[in-house]
Amino acid sequence: MRLKAALLLTALAAAACSPAHAQDLTGKDLTGTLKKVREARAITIGHRDASVPFSYLDGNQKPVGYAYEICLKVAEAVKAHLKLDTLEVRLNPVTSATRIPLIANGTIDLECGSTTNNADRQRQAAFTNTHFLTATRFVAKREKGLDKTDHLKGRTVVSTSGTTNIRQINEINTARGLGMRILPAKDHAEAFLMVETGRADAFVMDDVLLAALVAGSKTPDAYAISSEAQSRPEPYGIMLRKDDPAFKAVVDAATAALYKSPEGTALYEKWFTQAIPPRGINLKLPMSEAMRKVLANPSDSPDPAAY
Amino acid sequence: MNYTWNWGIFLEPSPEGAGSYADMLLSGLAWTVVTALCSWAIAFTLGSVVGVMRTLPSRTANAIGAAYVEGFRNVPLLVQMFLWYFVLPELLPARLGAAVKQMPDAPFYTAVLCLGFFTAARVAEQVRAGIRALPRGQAQAGLALGLTWAQTYRAVLLPNAYRIILPPLTSEFLNNLKNTSVALTIGLLELTARARSMQEFSFQVFEAFTAATLLYVALNLVVIAGATLLERRVAVPGGR
Repeated sequence: MRLKAALLLTALAAAACSPAHAQDLTGKDLTGTLKKVREARAITIGHRDASVPFSYLDGNQKPVGYAYEICLKVAEAVKAHLKLDTLEVRLNPVTSATRIPLIANGTIDLECGSTTNNADRQRQAAFTNTHFLTATRFVAKREKGLDKTDHLKGRTVVSTSGTTNIRQINEINTARGLGMRILPAKDHAEAFLMVETGRADAFVMDDVLLAALVAGSKTPDAYAISSEAQSRPEPYGIMLRKDDPAFKAVVDAATAALYKSPEGTALYEKWFTQAIPPRGINLKLPMSEAMRKVLANPSDSPDPAAY
Repeated sequence: MNYTWNWGIFLEPSPEGAGSYADMLLSGLAWTVVTALCSWAIAFTLGSVVGVMRTLPSRTANAIGAAYVEGFRNVPLLVQMFLWYFVLPELLPARLGAAVKQMPDAPFYTAVLCLGFFTAARVAEQVRAGIRALPRGQAQAGLALGLTWAQTYRAVLLPNAYRIILPPLTSEFLNNLKNTSVALTIGLLELTARARSMQEFSFQVFEAFTAATLLYVALNLVVIAGATLLERRVAVPGGR
């Protein structure tokens, strides 16, 4: 009886202690970003200016987007975790060249955009759970009925020079002996124009970029994006400072809870299957099987094979 | 600052498949040098012509020279780059425009033309200043000797003027060299563009831009050393 009481007491004490420790109100035991956020009562979100639909400026020059909204949810979770009454969300625009230094030197706490999570980058930053998977696909005029890689046999295909996509399609062409004529274009707009004017049958690129080009074109219904992908999925993640496990744990928990809830799916549908600001274009990019899986089982792996 | 330094990154293979990150930066350096030299050839020749025009007695020549200088000096270089690259092909006849767009290495040729015409306006001002700095008597003496205007400029005025403006001309050359980085906006894979893609792939931002900075500085020091040598060699014995 005595032993039982002692055990019960210990268990109670442990239960009482551990949350108290994690949710320390004095800020004494907090470290890294959590400590910084608690002391400043502010969290800084780094956003992009033209990364549609992830993080970009709308007609009023206010940041909006899929990743941006996820970051706002994360900020709420951080506020709840720190038991703060108010938490100011500061905004700081970043570019692909400034995002790393600004994360590293503490200017921004979360980088919300379309940053690819890969093993090389893990040396410099941490990533929370993947919020999007992109893959190489191609767009073609719907009337041509091109949908699978094999349909491109003997066709003229265009891709943007200097991208990994053009390298991938060249490799596929050689490996499968498809005899495609692959043209390099100087930018995405020109490559798309070549499909529009019929100088090329298909344009090979990241699917989300293709969806944006199609949505912004004169006749979005005239184009179809291939169902078969020409690469393995590439995960996009929200970037955090590395070596800050306490903050990462809070962000991971917040994003995992969001993605698993119906809200995560709703958020995806809002930005990828409905009209978005500022011009009301619709990307019409329904959720892929891989994307459905990663929302159900959130993962922060940089390895494409994990998806 | 929570940053992982990795100076060994330059020896690691770049994801583009051909060579290491160092090779990538060096190929960028080569494009920078070639672009700077080619555009300088245009800038120097055209700039001299326009500069001379602004010192001629002819009003028409003056007006044309002034219009050129003000046009190219007052429009930002970045805008000029876009005008040459995106607007010019549309103004050409459709056939020719399409041919220009399909041309291999189009960003390089565009950058050379754009920088050449832009820097020419600045060189023209230097040349004009150099000629104006000479005593009026030099031109009058040349004409009195029976030389034509062309001969006076070629044999008397320009050789003296160039010697005077060699130091500011060196600055213009260095500016032109650094301005090549603006061409990254139209897709020229020069040094800054390469540093940017290196940081994009590796996330080693500071290493990439430090290397680019050092390469620019080294290149500029070589130019300055060359200019000093040139200045010494062409100095008129007993001159100022």
